[in-house]
This record gives sequence, structure tokens and C-alpha cells, in this order.
Amino acid sequence: MNMINSLISGLSLGSVYSIIALGYTMVYGISKMLNFAHGDIIMVGSYISFCLTTYVGMPGWAALIGAVAVCTVLGIVIERLAYRPLRGTGSLSVLITAIGVSYFLQNMALLVWGANPRVFKSLFKGLEPIRLAEGQIIITAESFFTIIVCVVIMVGLTLFVHKSKAGKAMRAVSEDNGAAQLMGINVNQSISLTFAIGSGLAAVAGVLMCSAYPVLMPTTGAMPGIKAFTAAVLGGIGSIPGAMVGGLILGTIEIFSRAYISTELSDAIVFACLVIVLLVKPTGLFGKKISEKV
Amino acid sequence: MRKKWMKVALASASCVMAMALAGCGGGTTSDGNSLKVGVIGPLTGPAAIYGEAVKNGAQLAADEINASEPKFNVEIMAQDDEHDAEKSVNAYNKLRDEGMQVLVGTTTTAPGTAVGAEAYKDRVFALTPSASGPAVIEGNDNVFQLCFSDPNQGVAVADYMAKNYPDAKVGVIYNNADNYSSGIYDKFKSTWEGKGKQIYATEAFSDDANADFTAQLNSMKNAGVDMVFLPIYYTPASNIMTQANKMDYKPTYFGVDGMDGILALEGFDTDLAEGVLLLTPFTAYSEDETSQKFVKAYEKAYGDTPIQFAADAYDCVYAVYNAFDKSGASVEDDAATICEAMIKTFTGDFTYSGLTGQNMKWNKAGEVDKTPKVCVIQDGKYIEK
Repeated sequence: MNMINSLISGLSLGSVYSIIALGYTMVYGISKMLNFAHGDIIMVGSYISFCLTTYVGMPGWAALIGAVAVCTVLGIVIERLAYRPLRGTGSLSVLITAIGVSYFLQNMALLVWGANPRVFKSLFKGLEPIRLAEGQIIITAESFFTIIVCVVIMVGLTLFVHKSKAGKAMRAVSEDNGAAQLMGINVNQSISLTFAIGSGLAAVAGVLMCSAYPVLMPTTGAMPGIKAFTAAVLGGIGSIPGAMVGGLILGTIEIFSRAYISTELSDAIVFACLVIVLLVKPTGLFGKKISEKV
Repeated sequence: MRKKWMKVALASASCVMAMALAGCGGGTTSDGNSLKVGVIGPLTGPAAIYGEAVKNGAQLAADEINASEPKFNVEIMAQDDEHDAEKSVNAYNKLRDEGMQVLVGTTTTAPGTAVGAEAYKDRVFALTPSASGPAVIEGNDNVFQLCFSDPNQGVAVADYMAKNYPDAKVGVIYNNADNYSSGIYDKFKSTWEGKGKQIYATEAFSDDANADFTAQLNSMKNAGVDMVFLPIYYTPASNIMTQANKMDYKPTYFGVDGMDGILALEGFDTDLAEGVLLLTPFTAYSEDETSQKFVKAYEKAYGDTPIQFAADAYDCVYAVYNAFDKSGASVEDDAATICEAMIKTFTGDFTYSGLTGQNMKWNKAGEVDKTPKVCVIQDGKYIEK
């Protein structure tokens, strides 16, 4: 029974990691950069949702839409102001800029919302948990919906990338930026769209995460951001199914090592798994090996 | 065009920085006849409730003293340390530059350990309202605690539980990355087991207040634990209570002074904290006359009900004021001279009765001697047991 309970919490935590990892992996796929500010967009999304419900009195779902809208715009603005001017200047300067944007967002949050922790009101407040096997297995509404939302996002995104015109353009840009441009694809627009989708998903992840683990602080996004990045690398960065599977594996390992090995070592175990996977399969589970053209 | 954009962005960014920096300064005025008391605590960050309370409590005491036409005034100079040891030492150095003579601080343990060592080196007398770790005073003959030390909190909780809840199945969740939390836990464990009792489940977490606690809580639940001892701060505690509630797990929680503040947490469903027991030397709902007077004055000044940390700091300022008066030192003396005089007074026959205890006495190690109190949260208030 415990095993099943742990599995459910693991999958639910893993789903959050998956949704965040999608943002990392899509942005990496298309612009070959690691957007370390991604974790902080989660935090901004959670704060926006918190403010809309607490101070404006919106219902949870409307606040979620508001948060997604704000984060989508924020993602596009960050890309336009911070990353686009540096495109083509080498990956190191972009990486450092991303870290800078991350600190900027955290400190802006400190200025705007202050550093006092807030307790996030769950989006699913008032919904009874599902109880199975005479109450021994409890699936909270948060876990249930997080997993559902993750699956829906996954299916939707796969369809979008493979079937829609914009999705095809995104794939073309990620495969060969220059050739895509020659074929008449608007590269800037594709990249903006990728940032918009990634950041919107970050807002969803933030709200789902804070519904389950309700403490909200300016540094709330940092740790899940790093874990999700790990998940993206584990699954093979650049690969959408990789992000999904990587996130679920990571979440499950984390919860199981807490439940059965040691609560003190769980983070170490999670990151050790990353090292092992990378030693055995350097491109990650679903990563494609692309030989660099000389 | 792009260059212009960048310039605008840079200029506005530096404006924000400048404003932020200016905001940190804080004016200090001196009339030449005041004792300059420095206060250090987290005014921002996850433990901000403590730092704010300490600052306000100290200021209230100073205002009262200054309004009573004393022989010398007390001037409070407060600095933020964000509950971070390095920032705390910076705050301390800044206060030294501004002419601090006595330190009331720090508020929390990890910064207190770093600042305590500096204060010892510089010979600045320090009385901490709430940094309860033993390392804060260890080896520092001029650093004193007004609160119980962590080990004593652990012992007091074990004693109290053994007496009042002898049949409880006790479990512990503590923060193994924080010496405050693990310090209390260690002492609790040895005292509790020394009474021939058993801890049914022990689980840890490391710092991340927003983590998943279901594994720890499942372990408590499966071990049949009905009283969970939480020697941790209120932020992770609120997370634990919320998650436990979702799992249909409703044990009795027992907290220490770090739990104080949970009711003031914005957005927290205070119903979840009903029945929580905590060890605290002060409650705003006490019938005691001095407490009531303090609570009214504090509410009038800051529009908020004071928590234990405010009372600790209030007592600290009065204790420093009384001891300074008794020591015969003058406000014109430098910090080192004052320090020696204060040590002599504090380790002598000086006693102080205030909000957080009667006849407080200090030993040479810097520990305070007073009786502990336990409160229970009922209808969103702390009620003395």
C-alpha cells in the first residue's frame, strides 16, 4: 500500500518536473541555450496566481489563465531583450546572461512581493481526495490533476509540434537554423513562440506545484528548476518525450529514495542517478547523437 | 537603436539598485547622551517575521525608556541579515562603523554563531534575544542569551511530554541542514531515551521548505505516531501540516520557539494549527499585567500582535539598560570598556524580571536560567497551558 502511495506522490512530483523540463528542452532544442531563468518563471507564475486569487478575488482557474498569460508575455520579453541581442555570440555569454536574468527575476520578486513566505491556496481546495482500498491509498486532488494535466500537455504538445505548421517550423529551426531561414521560415517568430509556450507551461507547473507544496517564496523556483533541468538532461535534452520520461523517473526516484532509503540522502541519490545515466548514455535516454558539422 | 535600448535598460537598472541601496542605509542620529544599541535580524527572507518582531520589540523598549527622562537615552540601530551568516557579519561591521556600543542580536542561530565570534574578537557586549544555539555563546565570555539554549529546549520538551503525555507515540521530523533544529533534536532524543522511552519514527529534510513531505509523513503514519515533534521553523512546519491534512493524518504537533509565527503566515489555513503545542516563554494572551501592557503598546505602535521574539527583544533592551545603569559605565566609553563592565554585572548578582521570565540569571557561560512555559493554539490564539 505504501509502495502505491509513494508511487502516486512520485508520479505527481515527476509530472511537475516534466512540465518544467519541457520548457528547458524546447528552448534548448531550438536555440541551443540553457535558459536558467526558467525556474524563476515558475515562481513568477505562482506569485501572479497567488495575487489574483488573494487580492483580486478571482477563482483559481481564472488566476491560472492570468498567470499563464503573464508568464507567456514575460518569456517573450526576456527572449527579446536579453537573449536575442546575444544570438550568435557564443554559448557562454548567453549562459551567463540566463543566470543574470534568473537573479534579476528573484530580486525583482523580493522587491515587489517582499521576502515573507506566503502560503499558496490550492487550486483544488475543497475537493475530496480519492480513497481506495478502505482509505489506505489516498490520491489527493492535487496529485490526480497534476498527472492528468501533464498527460494532456504532453499529448497536446506532441500533436502541435508534429501536425501544426508552426510546430513544423519549430522543428525545422531546431534542426538547421540557417536552412530553415532559407526556406522562408521566420526564425525569430519560431523562437519567440517556443519561449512563449515554455514560459506558459512554467506558469502551469508553478501553480500545480504550489497547490501541492504550498510555501511560496522568491526562491521557490530555484530547486525545482534545477531538478527539472536534471530531468531534461536525463531524458535527453532537446527531446520532448525525453523531458516527460526524465521528469517522471526523477520524481519517482526522489520519493522512493526518501521513503525507502534515506530522507537525508534523497537529493544526492537523484543527482547520482543523473551522473550514472550520463556515464552510460551521454546523450540522455532519448537524446539523439548529432555529429557536429565542421 | 538597439544600443539605445540597452542604455535605457542599464540606466533604469542602476536607478533601481541605487534606490535599493539608499533604502538600506537608515538614518542614525545621536545626541551624545545615548547608548547605541545595535540590532541584527532577518528583516527580509524566510525568517523575516522574527527579525521584524525583534526590531519592533527593541524599538518599543527604547521608546519607553527615552520617554521616561532617563539618565541616558537608548538608540536602536537595526540591520538586516536575511538569516544568513555572511550577511550578518556584514551587518555587524556596518553597525560597528556606525558606533554601536552594545549588540542586541543576532535573532537567529546560524548568523549568531558567526557574529558571536566577531563580537568576542572585538570585545562588543552582546545579548541575543533568540539565537538559541549553544555555538552562539560557546567560548565567548561576552555573548549572552536571553532565550533558552537549544539543548535546554530539547530537554524541556522531553520533560514536559513525559509528564503530560506519558503514553504518546512520539515521532520527530527535523531539518538536518540546520544546527538549530538538529541541536534541539539531539538533546531531545538523549533526554527522551534516557527516560526509557522510544521515538517511534525519526525523519529529516534539508532546508528546502517547499519539498514533498509525504515520505516523511507516511513513515510517521505507519509507525502509528500520534505526537509529532517539530523542532523546526514555521515555514516548513506549515507545509508539513498542509500535506499531512491532505493525507488524512492528524497527529498532535509539538513545536519549539521556531513554531511561533505560524499564525501570522499569510495565506496559511490556521485551522490546521489548532491544538499545536509549543514551548514559548511568552504569549500575547497571558493574563499577566506587564504582558498586557506590553501587548497593548505594541499593537498601538505596529498594528500587530507581538510574538515571542518581540518580547525577547523588549526584555533584552531593558536588561541591557538596567545592567548598564548598574555597571557604572558611561555612554561616552568605548565598546570594549562597556563590554568588560557589562560582563561583570551580568555574571554578578544581576537579575532581571520581564515578559519572558521572572528572576532571570546568567551564568558565566552566557546561559540564562528561567522556567519554561508551554502554550497550545486554540481558536487561532496561543493559550498558556
